[in-house]
Amino acid sequence: MTRVHDMGGRFGDGPVKPEPEGDPVFAKDWHARALALTLAAGALGQWNIDISRHARERLSPLDYTRFSYYEKWIAALADLLVERGVLTEEDLRGAAHDVGTHALAERSLKADAVAAVLATGGPTARADGPKPIFSAGQAVRAVIPSDNAQVPGGHTRLPRYAVGALGYVVRLHGNHVFPDSNAHGLGEAPEPLYAVKFHARELWAHPEHPDDEVVVDMWQSYLEPV
Amino acid sequence: MPHDDPDHPHALMPPDPALRVKALETILTRKGLIDPAALDEIIDTYQNRIGPKNGARVVARAWCDPEFRQALLTDANPVLAGLGYYGRQGEHMVVVENTPRQHNMVVCTLCSCYPWPLLGIPPGWYKSDAYRARAVREPRKVLAEFGVTLPADTAIRVWDSTAEIRYLVLPMRPEGTEGLAEDELAELVSRDSMIGTGLPKVPS
Repeated sequence: MTRVHDMGGRFGDGPVKPEPEGDPVFAKDWHARALALTLAAGALGQWNIDISRHARERLSPLDYTRFSYYEKWIAALADLLVERGVLTEEDLRGAAHDVGTHALAERSLKADAVAAVLATGGPTARADGPKPIFSAGQAVRAVIPSDNAQVPGGHTRLPRYAVGALGYVVRLHGNHVFPDSNAHGLGEAPEPLYAVKFHARELWAHPEHPDDEVVVDMWQSYLEPV
Repeated sequence: MPHDDPDHPHALMPPDPALRVKALETILTRKGLIDPAALDEIIDTYQNRIGPKNGARVVARAWCDPEFRQALLTDANPVLAGLGYYGRQGEHMVVVENTPRQHNMVVCTLCSCYPWPLLGIPPGWYKSDAYRARAVREPRKVLAEFGVTLPADTAIRVWDSTAEIRYLVLPMRPEGTEGLAEDELAELVSRDSMIGTGLPKVPS
């Protein structure tokens, strides 16, 4: 079993309610602050993108479900800051007395560095790691189960709905950092990443159309030969 | 090991989300870990500078320039980087083309992955549980909620963004646009048409 965030195929969520395209990028001012705060705190270098995704996924199912999108971000950020020792629980309570300069203050993201940091991003393609064992067009099967194989309850990007399904490689993306490892400080462990297509009828008991497909990006460890 | 203590540290902070964000910003600023001016800069970038107009320019150019279109579909990264459309959440781009036989649609069932340099910050519906849960299982019902109905002989391919690859849909050029210039065409390219939940506007 994966976690509450892994909701592809779930029933019961009701209709999608699209906002008009001209709506503001941020519905509320605090949404914008939450996003910016999360990005700026990431620049302190105390975690990577997989660690931060996992922090959101580790919210309790109750919190994950009742929190709005940016509430998840800000709760996970507060949790990470404490877990990584950047802040203390006393800090979060507002009870701490600041003495001296924080050891990480030198690393804080300055306004004049923002454009360069956002433009640089964080590419995950790597030249090292194993060679691909699958080629385009080849039949593959998604492994069972969708758990992180190394860490109980750990991060994984193998969605539950694809587990055990027969698919076909449509594209090789090259080697990429493996989130199941990178989210737990176990190294980047890059491995080949593939786009794998699954017939809708392979995934769902009641597909809408016989020719529909779902494509999932999958690391080599998520796949076995057929 | 993941921590599964339900008493997460965030529970120590004010429950109201606006107050919670403000409190965290205040604590981090006081410690010199955050520069509020940097936050303003990040917000300005995504509120005013990076958004779906970028993607629309790329689509319009692909409609006008067959060589550009081919290069984009073959390996989008150098093409987009050459136009300055590179950066956070758009480091590894793939462009997928709609045809009369195949319609493409993009989702992230596990979180909210989205090509920021081309489309900006995702809209609320893209991040909603309903879209994340249903786009893979019943894309046609979801499309109907956007007012889109596809011909019966058009297959749908839904791309679930489970890795750091970001997908942009290249919609079909609307009929009756032969005489339009690239700038005019870009005006027809809606954001949703590049996610695959909409179609380009038809010239009036």
